[in-house]
Amino acid sequence: MNAPAIPNDYAAWPDAEGRFGDFGGRYVPETLMPLVLDLDTAYRAAKADPAFQRELGGYLTHYVGRPSPLYYAERLTQHFGGARIYFKREELNHTGAHKINNCMGQILLAQRMGKTRIIAETGAGQHGVASATVCARFGLPCVVYMGALDVERQKPNVFRMNLLGAEVRPVTAGAATLKDAMNEALRDWVTNVHDTYYMIGTAAGPHPYPAMVRDFQSVIGSETRAQMLEMEGRLPDAVVACVGGGSNAIGMFHPFLSDESVKIFGVEASGHGLGTDKHAASLTGGRPGVLHGNKTYLLQDADGQILDAHSISAGLDYPGIGPEHAWLHDIGRARYLSCTDDEALEAFKLCAELEGIIPALESAHALARLGDVVREVGKDGVIALCLSGRGDKDIFAVAEKLGARI
Amino acid sequence: MTVSRIEARFAQLRSEGRAGFIPYIMAGDPDPAVTLDLLKGLPGAGADLIELGFPFSDPMAEGAPIQKAAQRAMRAGMTLRKTLELVRAFRAGDQTTPLVLMGYLNNVLSFGYSAFAQDAAAAGVDGLIIVDCPPEEATSLADALDPAGVALVRLATPTSDEARLRVIASRTSGFVYYVSVAGVTGQKEADAAAVAPQVERVRKASGLPVAVGFGIRTPERAAAVARVADAVVVGSALVDELAAALAENQSPVERVLQSAARIARAVRDARVAATA
Repeated sequence: MNAPAIPNDYAAWPDAEGRFGDFGGRYVPETLMPLVLDLDTAYRAAKADPAFQRELGGYLTHYVGRPSPLYYAERLTQHFGGARIYFKREELNHTGAHKINNCMGQILLAQRMGKTRIIAETGAGQHGVASATVCARFGLPCVVYMGALDVERQKPNVFRMNLLGAEVRPVTAGAATLKDAMNEALRDWVTNVHDTYYMIGTAAGPHPYPAMVRDFQSVIGSETRAQMLEMEGRLPDAVVACVGGGSNAIGMFHPFLSDESVKIFGVEASGHGLGTDKHAASLTGGRPGVLHGNKTYLLQDADGQILDAHSISAGLDYPGIGPEHAWLHDIGRARYLSCTDDEALEAFKLCAELEGIIPALESAHALARLGDVVREVGKDGVIALCLSGRGDKDIFAVAEKLGARI
Repeated sequence: MTVSRIEARFAQLRSEGRAGFIPYIMAGDPDPAVTLDLLKGLPGAGADLIELGFPFSDPMAEGAPIQKAAQRAMRAGMTLRKTLELVRAFRAGDQTTPLVLMGYLNNVLSFGYSAFAQDAAAAGVDGLIIVDCPPEEATSLADALDPAGVALVRLATPTSDEARLRVIASRTSGFVYYVSVAGVTGQKEADAAAVAPQVERVRKASGLPVAVGFGIRTPERAAAVARVADAVVVGSALVDELAAALAENQSPVERVLQSAARIARAVRDARVAATA
């Protein structure tokens, strides 16, 4: 096999068919093809329209609360005794995670397209909450599909979605987690083709979703880049983010892809361990396949049946990954590490105790690999980590795991 | 050439002046032995072609009946490879009834396109329908299937406009499957009056026979569609019969074949009844 070509302009990808190298594409039932082609056309027009970008920028500033701070994590820096560690504080956004960046972009696009009903899938509930939030703000009905198991372990977010006026539909099919919620959302979309907009929460799915979600999330990396230049007078030596589907990570990574000096690290959830059948590390433990509209790395058996993922973090509990990550992995531009449930819990506690920030369990996976990244960039290095969400939603799960009663 | 088995059957249907009946069953539901008995029994029950599903863990275009059928089949250990073994066993006793596999791309991708094309052709598969592989993504699959003589059957839908139909018609063979409702299998009911002009459009764009499926649950509805289409596909209703038989401790083979025979009769008599 030929080594994949290293592109010199990362911004040029995906190609017109939505491919990042061999990954991505539009693997959807024929009924949906006209819809994803329409969405592609509408998104390209919106992206090029200064009025759309101005409107989005206004909401990001005044409703979401951007820019989010780039914060020097002094005590964690001391703890690791090496490189200077910065947090990109996405957990300070309205609704407590990076998910709203994407939802704000997509709701404006949905309105522009004249859609009158929004559907979404959610795992941990962060994207569901963000979807319900923008739907409330713009007055559109919202149906959120959520695995029945996730409904059980993320009750506070279910209640939040209900308060925001969204209908949460528990999905009992399959393993009753994120992938099954996504199947059910696709079934809804294929049934309600005329009025419904499917607000996908991660940088996966049929083209143009991976590119569009990346674009909306790239505000994370763009701000980080500018803030870092202002605070340190130079680019970071490494950027780090957790990867489930990979939307916060691609948002953080993308603006740095062409900066060769910047090392890029994604952290997958390895659950009970890569050697077990209970993990969610699709790059490290999977192989290429097709699911949910795109070709990417998937956890699957020898027959091509998709395996159930496992992670302590509901937001990383997905057997696939966005296609751009699959490509960055194959061409070697980004490196993907992994982190177990236990390591994530340790990092969760460490961040709370040293920095006074309770991180989301998802973000704790990135935090858990900081020691390795610090060693990688050396003592004089500078690291930017995407703190993608806050951990309030996780305190019940963490308490249970630690044997505490709330 | 195995494509010719499909062509021969549609030519025969044309000469008889009637539509074909295509039952759909899921391979391995609830076990391989039942599937083989069904495959052997369906032509006698009036099946003109057979659509055999292979199970996928995440069937995003299926309603509850076929989702559950896939789960039963996977619990019984059914795989794409074992599905081909069933076809081989069926083909040993039936050289004329065309058999088309239907499923999702990942199992075929995992098998390997060219290995699959060769094994499928050798087993006696005549065509392949892949729900989540639109023409834009089908080039390498079609490149593998063409030399093996396995037809890649395309889907057209209520959302396909003229430009889209031209894309769908390119590099398709055998017949075109018209999905009569926007939705998942076995949920909304097809409206024969709305289907008629669509079938005509698809026929004109593709130059191929048009089979209509999704949302056809009763002999009456099958007959109505048979008056306008070249073939009628019934899936979820048969799968439901099988599930009901299991729940009531009856023979799934007998019950599904009886149900298939009722629908086959309705399809066979549809145009006669219409002109009488």
